[in-house]
Amino acid sequence: MSIYYILQDQRKCIGCLSCEVHCKSNKGLPLGPRLGQIIPVGPKMVADLPKQAFVFMPCFHCEEPWCVPACPTGAMRQRPRDGIVYVDHTLCVGCKSCITACPWGAPQWNPETGKAVKCDYCMDRIDKGLKPACVTKCVTHCLLFGKADKLDQSRRQQFAKNVAFELDQVVSAR
Amino acid sequence: MPQEVFSICFMCTVRCPIRVEVENDEVTWIEGNPYVPGIEGAICAKGSAGLALLNDSERPQYPMIRTGPRGAGQWRRASWEEALDYVADRLKAIVGEFGGQSVVFGERTNLNTHISKTFVKALGSPNHFTHDALCKGSLNTAFRTLTGFTDAQVGVDYANSRHVVFYGRNLFESLEIKAINNLFKALDKGAKLTYIDPRVTITATKANRYWMIRPGTDLALNYALIHTILKEGLEDEEYVRRWVKGLEQLRTFVEPYTPEWAAQECGILAEDIVALAREVAADKPHVVFHYGYRSSHHPNEIYLRRSLIILNALMGAIETPGGLFFKKGLKAAGRGDIGKYVSQEFPKISAPRFDGSGSTQFPIADSSHGNPQMLAHAILKEDPYPIKALIVNRFEPLQSLPDSATVREALDKLDLIVDIDVNYSEIGWYADVLLPESTYLERGDSIQAISGLKPQLFIRKPAVSPRYDTKPAWWIIKELANRLDLGQYLPYATLEDIWNFQLKDTGAKLEDFDEKGFVVLSDKALWWDRDKDIQFKTPSGKIELASTLMENAGFPSFTPYVPVPPPPEGHFRLTVGRCAAHTHVSTQNNLYLSELVPENELWINTAPAARLGIQDGALVEVVSPIRTVRLKAKVTDWIHPEAVFMLHGFGKTVPVQTRCYQKGASDALLQENVSDHAGGSPALDETLVTVRAI
Repeated sequence: MSIYYILQDQRKCIGCLSCEVHCKSNKGLPLGPRLGQIIPVGPKMVADLPKQAFVFMPCFHCEEPWCVPACPTGAMRQRPRDGIVYVDHTLCVGCKSCITACPWGAPQWNPETGKAVKCDYCMDRIDKGLKPACVTKCVTHCLLFGKADKLDQSRRQQFAKNVAFELDQVVSAR
Repeated sequence: MPQEVFSICFMCTVRCPIRVEVENDEVTWIEGNPYVPGIEGAICAKGSAGLALLNDSERPQYPMIRTGPRGAGQWRRASWEEALDYVADRLKAIVGEFGGQSVVFGERTNLNTHISKTFVKALGSPNHFTHDALCKGSLNTAFRTLTGFTDAQVGVDYANSRHVVFYGRNLFESLEIKAINNLFKALDKGAKLTYIDPRVTITATKANRYWMIRPGTDLALNYALIHTILKEGLEDEEYVRRWVKGLEQLRTFVEPYTPEWAAQECGILAEDIVALAREVAADKPHVVFHYGYRSSHHPNEIYLRRSLIILNALMGAIETPGGLFFKKGLKAAGRGDIGKYVSQEFPKISAPRFDGSGSTQFPIADSSHGNPQMLAHAILKEDPYPIKALIVNRFEPLQSLPDSATVREALDKLDLIVDIDVNYSEIGWYADVLLPESTYLERGDSIQAISGLKPQLFIRKPAVSPRYDTKPAWWIIKELANRLDLGQYLPYATLEDIWNFQLKDTGAKLEDFDEKGFVVLSDKALWWDRDKDIQFKTPSGKIELASTLMENAGFPSFTPYVPVPPPPEGHFRLTVGRCAAHTHVSTQNNLYLSELVPENELWINTAPAARLGIQDGALVEVVSPIRTVRLKAKVTDWIHPEAVFMLHGFGKTVPVQTRCYQKGASDALLQENVSDHAGGSPALDETLVTVRAI
């Protein structure tokens, strides 16, 4: 697993799909590939109220990725220093093995280049001390990017804040 | 290192402040202005998709003059010189023969409206209109009848609210980023959100209370809420005594409108209505009955909007933290006002407006915006006089005006149609001359003065040079004015001339924008003292429940509720709205946005759909009394069985917009042209339709 993680505050996500366009416009992608996707679930009645979830699914940057060993050319690789899984486009031959291998459908097909393309946490931005495009420009700031071990703390703090003010709201927001 | 340009987004009319990164005259990054509270880098899908607009080859790239029949797509390329001469020559001939009033100019309100209004007045025409009435004319009038201020002069202090009640105000899909983040701040602190709508929108799914109200009956609910508040003494007594005129008339009026009565009409339990009144009152005055944004649904719209504002008045929530506030302008911040060319003297214009705005048709509507739903009637009937030329900028008569097929017919009667546009719009494709406007990333515009609790100035600066042979509208209008010997009314040559003229009395300098892209003119929030110093602009200086403005014009302040019968079997009330991915009619062809939402669907409730044999995803025919359209059905439990719903702005007919061409259907073809003549808005949700499986 990469040392980074994107945590989504489901309560604040309004399913506006902006993160998808932030990603695509930053990477200059054509029609087709959607690297970080919002998957809407619901609405469904929860405690007499219609609730809908919008699950953000970028690449999980697995500790033991399915896609890396499946790649015959070594284009799909993991950065040793932080575990980010990315495609070296100079080596990709467009065989789509990674697309087949990934259980979550993270690698996408770029019809313009004839190669695979996937979420790399915008590692060029990370290397400049910035955050991924999706996180930087999220409308409600519901996406949090950081080191996986630190994000745990921010969630606890958020939970504590909620409990401090209104317990029933925490329950209904689940 | 990329160059940093602060500017203002224009993918929609909210106009969020942005920070743009540029390398070698290419935009590489657009984000929300990180220095603006409530924005902090945030931008929506449309904002990021500005890059796709900038680089799109499917937008007008040079001036075009029509060579075939209107709408046939036969054009020749023209130079700016030739196209502007062509337009000016024809305008000159038309004004010479039929008078200045025969020219109508329509636009969506924008930063250069003071320039286009100046041009039209100089031309001797009273006929400048904006899109406003089609969206919220009745809200504008409602606010003026009660407070003397327009809706545009009122804001909501979401961040400090304890309870916000939305009536179809789908904030989380219409996306005002600052407002959304301020509302979340309040929800974080335990504020409640009540959402009332015949349709489960995304906003509904974030609420603490949701009511699927019978479509068209919100007014009945409000009368019952007012009834309950006054009966139980839940109002803010001191505030009401000090600021409200006509309470006893209101009390008598709402007497018969009990929660039990409203329960029947709205399909909401009487005890729930009472509970809401009590719950909101417990948090008064830091509460908001949101008065709405689009306010063009029914012919009695003004009464619904007034009832919402009255609920705020009863809660003492007007000019109150956590409630509504009046926006303070530059003068309140001790500055001189921003310069506007339209403030100068013009030769007297004696002709009345073409649309009867502020007179015959809509006596108390805001005639500074006009009532464009009268356009087809005025052209076809030559009532009150012949109209010969239409110039539009960023306005889409063929998708925004109800009964758009009749509008198209009326356009055929015109001698000249000119469109100044960033897109190949429906009207652009039907025009005689298409003058391509540079996108907001390629141009600067007049400075934006934002009134509010802390008045501020923002600036749109060009981030890159134009990709094609396009020009800013302020330049186009000035060039036309020069050719009509009216250039002296617009005494500028460059963008900097406009900016310096505007800033002259404000005490702000152009360099003040350099660091963060905006200038804050007051350190502290400017509130009037709600105990003794709210400066209502009504004749009585109070909130006029009994309205001088209405009654002088012959409209009653209160009017009995007219029941809304369920639609006949097989009929549905057509409701329309928007989604987070698109701006009304203007973004359907955007590379990234068309991918997110490529077409609209007809939401129809599962039970009637089953009776009609309509399958989810199947093509259906929607028939209104005036037109028939086809689109896919979305069969769902999440809409009231009496209503169907479709997104606005689809069903495009311009072939060069390949991504959205003939995708989905246009609501404007179905909507009958009926209006609220007191408030000024068309009644866009008044049409009943039938739906057939194909």
